[in-house]
Amino acid sequence: MNKESNRYTFLFSAAMVVVVAVALTVVSTVLQPLQNENAENEKRQNILQSVKVNVSREASREAFAVYITRQFLVNADGQEIPGDAFAVDPAKEMKKPREERRLPVFAARVDGSTKYILPVRGAGLWGPLWGYVALNDDGNAIFGAVFDHKGETPGLGAEITREEFRSRFDGKTIFENDALVAVRVLKGGQANGPHEVDAISGGTITSKGVETMLKNSLACYEPFLKSLP
Amino acid sequence: MKIPLLLGPLSKNNPILAQILGICSALAVTAKMEPALVMGVSVTAVTALASLILSALRDAIPNRVRIIVQLVVVSALVIIIDQLLKAFAYDASKQLSVFVGLIITNCIIMGRVEAFALANKPWPSLLDGVGNGLGYAIILLLVAFFRELLGSGALFGARVIPEALYERGYANNGLMILPPAALILVGVIIWIHRARNKELIES
Repeated sequence: MNKESNRYTFLFSAAMVVVVAVALTVVSTVLQPLQNENAENEKRQNILQSVKVNVSREASREAFAVYITRQFLVNADGQEIPGDAFAVDPAKEMKKPREERRLPVFAARVDGSTKYILPVRGAGLWGPLWGYVALNDDGNAIFGAVFDHKGETPGLGAEITREEFRSRFDGKTIFENDALVAVRVLKGGQANGPHEVDAISGGTITSKGVETMLKNSLACYEPFLKSLP
Repeated sequence: MKIPLLLGPLSKNNPILAQILGICSALAVTAKMEPALVMGVSVTAVTALASLILSALRDAIPNRVRIIVQLVVVSALVIIIDQLLKAFAYDASKQLSVFVGLIITNCIIMGRVEAFALANKPWPSLLDGVGNGLGYAIILLLVAFFRELLGSGALFGARVIPEALYERGYANNGLMILPPAALILVGVIIWIHRARNKELIES
């Protein structure tokens, strides 16, 4: 057959596409379970990190079972609703209308007391930010926080993942009397109140993104936090 | 064995130094050694396999759609590499993020396929692909070595500059972490390389 004819060109292209499609499908199907496990273990690792339990990604599954005593969903009024908290994507829930939201809560037992770990989602300078905030059982004081990002600038905004920044949130409180104020992230050295931390120099927009993320995400949980004894 | 095909691209015919290809990814992934190594290995695998497959098919590929065929083969390989990294080298795949997908746009791959593989037998094409991939990887590692050492005081994530030096006032160079440092370093490497290989200097 003439290699330059239209017929041959079409047949060649069609055959090539089928072969490539089959190859990609096989690879994707075979590797999917391994990839999901990596992503889930990383999520467990992050959640544990917010209550100061540092484990490797491989060991996170077992440690998660030890420390996390309960995981459940609450609605926007703070009432518990049925469902799998671990599988829920908080970023999607926050976009839903208030009454349809299903908000995950992870309860951990650390040092003999209960901590409530809440996922937070927001936006930085270049892309999404996410993290977990662990609150003491009064639903007010922050026990620990972890943050991660998709593509903040290395050395500047990306520093939010560092222990040095995260530990600034320890012991801060998110309620002022009965009003939710979350934690404000302020420029260099001004932070001294119970709801304020210092921002990252050179990473102002990312730092403000963290502030907005905390404010918006924790606001969803306000009724739940107020219902805690 | 055709040794020059394999070793030529390591120095005199280096894709980055002599052909000035693949610069963008050399700037993007060289802040640390580990992602640079993973990127180098991934690009080597893709250039080698793409050259091999396309060279084997070269008599069957219709000339009018050859660029499309090259693109499909290269993208399929890149997607497979991306999936493998996500499954077996999760941390590296996170650091490389979008750059794995962008291997497709690395001009070295399409450049070698179009310039060499489509006109040569599979075995020499494979060697040419491996050689160019390694030539790219070596420069990536060289740039990453200086950037991680001076920018983070570490190599492959392990601290190498002693704490005592920091206590005496030494500080990491923040510029080294940012992409412009890679541009400067690549420029310096090209300068040294051309000073030693005068035949590469354009008139």
